[in-house]
Amino acid sequence: MIEINDVSKTYENGTRALQHVDLVIDDGEFVFFMGKSGSGKSTLLRLLLKEIDASDGDIVVNDYTLSDMPRSYVPKYRRRLGVVFQDFRLLPDRTVYENVAFAQRVIGKSTREIKESVPEVLRRVGLSSKYKSFPNQLSGGEKQRVAIARAIINKPDILLCDEPTGNLDETTAKEIMKLLDEINSQGTTVIVITHSREIVNSMDKRVITLEKGVVRSDVQHRTGI
Amino acid sequence: MYSIGQAFKNICKNIRLSLASVATISACIFLFCLFFSVIVNLRNIVTNIETKVGITVFFDEDLSDSEVKTIGEEIKSRPEVKDIEFTSADDAWESFKKDYFEGREELAEGFAQDNPLKGSSSYSIWLNDVTKQDEFVQWLQGLNGVRQVNYSNQAGSMLTGLNNALLIVSLVLIGVLLAVAIFLIRNTVVISAEFRKSETAIMKLVGATNSMIRAPFIIEGVVLGFVGAAIPLAAIYFLYNYAVTYMQKNFTMLSDIFSFLPISEIFPVMAVTALLLGVGIGFFTSLFALNKHLRV
Repeated sequence: MIEINDVSKTYENGTRALQHVDLVIDDGEFVFFMGKSGSGKSTLLRLLLKEIDASDGDIVVNDYTLSDMPRSYVPKYRRRLGVVFQDFRLLPDRTVYENVAFAQRVIGKSTREIKESVPEVLRRVGLSSKYKSFPNQLSGGEKQRVAIARAIINKPDILLCDEPTGNLDETTAKEIMKLLDEINSQGTTVIVITHSREIVNSMDKRVITLEKGVVRSDVQHRTGI
Repeated sequence: MYSIGQAFKNICKNIRLSLASVATISACIFLFCLFFSVIVNLRNIVTNIETKVGITVFFDEDLSDSEVKTIGEEIKSRPEVKDIEFTSADDAWESFKKDYFEGREELAEGFAQDNPLKGSSSYSIWLNDVTKQDEFVQWLQGLNGVRQVNYSNQAGSMLTGLNNALLIVSLVLIGVLLAVAIFLIRNTVVISAEFRKSETAIMKLVGATNSMIRAPFIIEGVVLGFVGAAIPLAAIYFLYNYAVTYMQKNFTMLSDIFSFLPISEIFPVMAVTALLLGVGIGFFTSLFALNKHLRV
């Protein structure tokens, strides 16, 4: 569970990115964060990743209060999260297999474990046949699938997606959202940051709208309503 | 294994800068080894000379044998004294006779009952460290009953002076080269870190610890340092042997005066020091260079 208790964030240059945000996200939920540029969506993501700290208030993720978390515990905490970005952030000089395996290799998993889990997760995202390809040989949708495979290979509790469909056409975007929905249905909490109304409208999910750092609405969207 | 692989990949990616770092460390360590060899040999020569050049102390003529013996004991108890040898007046006369009246012994017979060197009993003293000679001579001259102190400090002090001058020059040169080597390794590692910025960012996001992120860069620095030390060591090993053989063959006179230490005697200490220096530069430079770049 994620609890965001009266969180504010003011950057050193005086920009007030978030103001008194109060939210609770339950285990296994699928939540959209919507808002324009500068609404505070990305700041919220960075706070959840513990890249930055809140100026006020507390964020509690699975019973861990992030503001009290020592720096030495941050890597361990991040292993319970998966992250997907709009620009995929794949390593261009490595194959699909290596990009996905990378997430396991850097946390010290054995080659045997990697050989077992990478093909399984590639099958799950529908990229089994592309395991030898390099990122520049893939379409945008395929690249995002690789990024999702890398994000979920360590079986995170929470999957954070920052504009995952921002660089994709409508059809591919829907496929990616379907994949994220499947991952969510298996118990992973999924948080998607987006500014695409079409994507949000196509799914029956909770939608939190941010505006100038403040929560403007928090509703359960119903398709067709 | 992952970190080692990445370290070698980094080196290959920035091969020019890596080679420049290795070359600078090599130059630095080559000079270190060169000066090390020269200084160790000079010290050896100084020590050899020290064992040959001693101090001679003469006593007042009215001093009894037991008083001379007491002074001898006092000298012997000093920590800087390596060896001491007593020459009685009779021994001195015998030695003089041998040197100056050899073949004409009848000329010395007139002195048979009256030793002309009476009162010339002396102690010959050798010191552990020739640099302490002046201080020691002053102490001897201050002793009651000491008439005269003969000593020569020219050869010893000249070599000690040369030794110290070489030490200072070598330290300055090595210091400058060390600074250049540190600067180059730092740049190599920082550029590697810049090249791998996106990879590092992903590593952080998937939960790699600081040590996991730093390991490839530190290994890179250590490898550069190790290779940079190994090359000049190999060069010095062969050059030293060649130089010593050449000197012994072509400058026989010089070889009699200056005995060079065999490479087997100086190489182990030199190799360990040079490798520690190279690896140490690589390790610490990488470690500190990354503090800014790779914070989780």
